[in-house]
Amino acid sequence: MKETVFTILANERIAKDIYRMRLQGDTSCVTAPGQFINLMLDGYYLRRPISVSDLEGDVLTIVYKILGEGTKAMTAYPVGKELNVLTGLGNGYTLEKSGDRPLLAGGGVGIPPLYLLCRRLLAQGKKPQVVLGYNSKDEIFLANEFAALGAETTVLTADGSFGRKGFVTDGIAEKNDYTYLYTCGPEPMLKAVYETVKTSGQFSFEERMGCGFGACMGCTCKTKYGSKRICKDGPVLEKEEIVW
Amino acid sequence: MVNTKVELCGLTLDNPLIPASGTFGYGYEFAELYDINLLGTFSFKGTTGEPRFGNPTPRIADCPAGLINAVGLQNPGVDAVMTEELPKLAKCFHKPVMANVCGSSVEEYAMVAEKLAKSDQVGWLEVNISCPNVRCGGLAFGTQPENAAEVTRAVKAVAGEKPVIMKLSPNVTDITTIARACEEAGADGLSLINTMLGMRLDLKRRRPIIANTMGGLSGSAIFPVAVRMVWQVYEAVRIPIVGMGGVSSTRDVIEMMMAGATAVGIGAANLRQPFICKTIIEELPAVMEQYHISSLREIIGIAHQ
Repeated sequence: MKETVFTILANERIAKDIYRMRLQGDTSCVTAPGQFINLMLDGYYLRRPISVSDLEGDVLTIVYKILGEGTKAMTAYPVGKELNVLTGLGNGYTLEKSGDRPLLAGGGVGIPPLYLLCRRLLAQGKKPQVVLGYNSKDEIFLANEFAALGAETTVLTADGSFGRKGFVTDGIAEKNDYTYLYTCGPEPMLKAVYETVKTSGQFSFEERMGCGFGACMGCTCKTKYGSKRICKDGPVLEKEEIVW
Repeated sequence: MVNTKVELCGLTLDNPLIPASGTFGYGYEFAELYDINLLGTFSFKGTTGEPRFGNPTPRIADCPAGLINAVGLQNPGVDAVMTEELPKLAKCFHKPVMANVCGSSVEEYAMVAEKLAKSDQVGWLEVNISCPNVRCGGLAFGTQPENAAEVTRAVKAVAGEKPVIMKLSPNVTDITTIARACEEAGADGLSLINTMLGMRLDLKRRRPIIANTMGGLSGSAIFPVAVRMVWQVYEAVRIPIVGMGGVSSTRDVIEMMMAGATAVGIGAANLRQPFICKTIIEELPAVMEQYHISSLREIIGIAHQ
């Protein structure tokens, strides 16, 4: 972990309530897709933890959703503004077990960390099978970017306003012969994916955090191997250790 | 050259900074960030007789100039602290540490204190009679003078040479009555304040944000309350005070000491700014010079003169 200052290069709306921010600075502590950064915002006491969506040299991209006052305030931050950030937080996904055709299943604001993971898998010559779920057409983001990478991408909307109608689990191939699973999204989605997908995999969880680096015990969850802190021991947990 | 050393219950601290219990784990997370031997000492995570998972999540809510927590004393239990946490800590921290003792009965407080007092690494026992986040015990002992005195006596009886510092709650009508009760029961020091009972609602869900409904408010929002209570307790007792509650800067440390604190706890600020204690320790000499302070010992309670 490092405390550093990032400069905003871009901060734009890309879908309903969804914004993409590109930040420039010392990204040396970001070592794995699925990690997050913790941003200090003017006038808010706790930092806002947001997953890393993309990384290219010293430029890091986050995609965030307006969930409350803090994230709403972020949307007005201008290009050039400097932000105090803790980087390199969380364990992130590991690529070793992916096999040739891993499933990447993302729902809503859980989709962003899968983008960097997808790029890394493609760079290793893997064929990630991407399934993305949204509520409706106006909330769709990053779907074109996944497709542009060359990943086989299926888009579903809960209300059927774009792509296939249904949930992420409805986009899972009938054969269900994926070599591994990577997923991130709301907990009901994670649970449905857990029950549907046969292979083992890695699940990224969300929780309200105090510090983001393992000190406060604010985001503890139970696992088969004892208590774990989502921020430090997670946010990525192995399928085998999850307790619902 | 300025002198930042202070004496806390017979032990010398290189500086008055003590990261507060519950914000510093058992030290290692911060030892990865900086050399924690810079600190005066730190108070480790509140420790109970048995392992505790703590409260359900969400346990944290953001607030203007602070946060609410309802962690609920998650800890591995005193035996694991003795056999696992303290040996690990010995590798990265070479000063006496402050052991934070919790319990839900007088017997549990005494049992935990007796075990922790046997460790050579422990310099002080800080007894938490003020946690707002556990159903039985905790705050129940900190709001009644006779109960606070009973816990003090029970811990003193098993503490041996180790100084006993009672950690007081601000959630009382008159903190000085509790402070005096602890002093009369033999406490060697007092630490105050623990968090203030608070609550936030999630408007979308129309429910409390915190799963346990209420929690403890900490952070700079409570600093003026902490200064006031340290001031009052300083006038009421003769034993040293570890002043804490919203301390977030070098000047806050000096203000807390002028109000009557011998040493100063830093809690919530560690969670927002993980390097804050290191920064304050580095800034101390310059800020002392700015206020014409040559030795920190000389300013303890100086505002009362």
